[in-house]
Amino acid sequence: MSAQLPILQLLFPLIAAPICSLLHNRNAAWLLSALATWASLATAIGLYYQTANGAELIYEVGGWPPPWGISVNIDSLNALVLLLITGMASVLVVAFPASLTIQWLGSRARLYYTAYLLCFASLIGITITGDAFNVFVFLEISSLSTYALVAMGRDRRAQLAAFRYLIMGTVGATFILISVGLLYMATGTLNMADLAERIPALHDSTVVRAAFGFFIVGAGVKVAMFPMHFWLPSAYSFAPSIASAFLAATATKVAVYVMLRFIFGVFGAELFFDVLALDQVFLALAVVGIVVGSLAALYQDDIKAVLAYSSVAQLSYMVLGIAVGTASGLTAAVVHIFNHGLIKAALFIVLAGIFVRFQCTRLSDLAGLGKFAPWTVGAFGVGAMSLIGIPGTAGFISKWYLLLSVLEHAWWFVALVIIASSLLALAYMWRVIDALWLKEPSQLVTERGREAPLRMLIPAWVLALANFFFGIDTTVTLGAAGRAVASLLGVSA
Amino acid sequence: MIGLLNYWVVFALMLLGLYMTISSSNLVKKVVGLNIFQTSVFIFFISMGKVTGGTAPILDEAYSAYSNPLPHVLILTAIVVGVATTALALALIVRIREGYGSIEESYIRDKDRESGS
Repeated sequence: MSAQLPILQLLFPLIAAPICSLLHNRNAAWLLSALATWASLATAIGLYYQTANGAELIYEVGGWPPPWGISVNIDSLNALVLLLITGMASVLVVAFPASLTIQWLGSRARLYYTAYLLCFASLIGITITGDAFNVFVFLEISSLSTYALVAMGRDRRAQLAAFRYLIMGTVGATFILISVGLLYMATGTLNMADLAERIPALHDSTVVRAAFGFFIVGAGVKVAMFPMHFWLPSAYSFAPSIASAFLAATATKVAVYVMLRFIFGVFGAELFFDVLALDQVFLALAVVGIVVGSLAALYQDDIKAVLAYSSVAQLSYMVLGIAVGTASGLTAAVVHIFNHGLIKAALFIVLAGIFVRFQCTRLSDLAGLGKFAPWTVGAFGVGAMSLIGIPGTAGFISKWYLLLSVLEHAWWFVALVIIASSLLALAYMWRVIDALWLKEPSQLVTERGREAPLRMLIPAWVLALANFFFGIDTTVTLGAAGRAVASLLGVSA
Repeated sequence: MIGLLNYWVVFALMLLGLYMTISSSNLVKKVVGLNIFQTSVFIFFISMGKVTGGTAPILDEAYSAYSNPLPHVLILTAIVVGVATTALALALIVRIREGYGSIEESYIRDKDRESGS
């Protein structure tokens, strides 16, 4: 049984999805999705302990050995990412029935759950697979279900945002497909481990270099790396809040994982840093992304848009970690994948709760909410503290390590940018907190000011407290990230 | 020279499709451009698997050279993905038209600005 764990966690949601689309009772559909999600979480925890000693599990799908069949590889890196995806999904799934989208959809809510399960399953698929083409297939399944989730927003702009995301996402995914084709042309294999062995001999090959270029651009769209981030703010702002919470916590993080895996596990660090010097490009784009994202967040009226632009900046932190390239830089990037997922899930779920009560998330309409809903706004405050990076919270850990890794290189300018952007984060989050806590209540708030539904408030506080927990006890995050980075750099050396 | 002809065609179609996706203001034309772009990649994979003088990959004593079936199988999957993407894109366009009354991007942008987004 335990030997089958790697594939089981993918099968739970994948099998539940089509069944879910047939369940007209929305409670039944919810129960099935929740059970599948929790089963995946249990599996992910099991896998985390199996890889905790630094071992790598290789599972041969259908019993076909790797160069011919598809293999599923679990090491410390994807065990941590799996823990994040399944953990966040398990908490958020509790809140789904309380969201307005589900209530509006009525019996069609089953389609929302189906799209969610497909997205969830394919994110797991991307994370565990050891086959380059498989990554493309799962990436497209997750993207397609994401477009559907975004389009379920009630505003007509949600459909437009989904369409624009679809165009950019498909171009990006097709770039990855071209890259996979070029790699197959040059090496004759699609297995990641095989690719990693054959590519070092082909560093001068234009085909491999072109493949790398296509891959970076394609994955960059999915990561929302500056300047390919334009889809993210509108998609996250107009998607149903509860879907934004799930996507912000998982989808972009998995994209960063894919980037890490391909750069270090397929193309090799030597090609990235020494031969092509792409780290310079990443560094420049990350710095601009951090500044642009933080500044844009400062001028948004919709709280969801504030969080979406801040995601652009935070994702650039992870790109920066890759550009630093040392063990400490990569550790910071991996830990930030986890911690930022935690932060954004907490913040977005509070917004989902606020949206249930007011049908809007505009800052100007929500002034003074703290007096009527201290618990709701309190959970948001904890998330905001973690986003800014106040010591004792999860956000501080990853920012601190990133800062240390940048100082190792003596990149003073970049260190200044990190500190300045933390101050900007303080500014844009303070704007929100100030309006919610300290301003006089607006008319809307006085009329309808109430706590968010309990089904959302409890997950929100679970996530908020998790931000404190992972800010104080870092054995899970830093430990797994350290092992993951050691194996990443070991493979590429 | 004929050996590289396929790849030149792929290259031309790829740029044509990408240009159309970016420059068209009509949403349906964007989807058409996206399809052309994806198809060029399909042709690229199919050309890659062809071995000159090779036959279909079914074992037979009369033949010794076979084309590589793997890229062709991969592209079957990619075609399915492409069809699903097109279907979803068209469904979204229907919804956008219901919401805005148009599928011209410039018109939609004006309407969004009027409603004070």
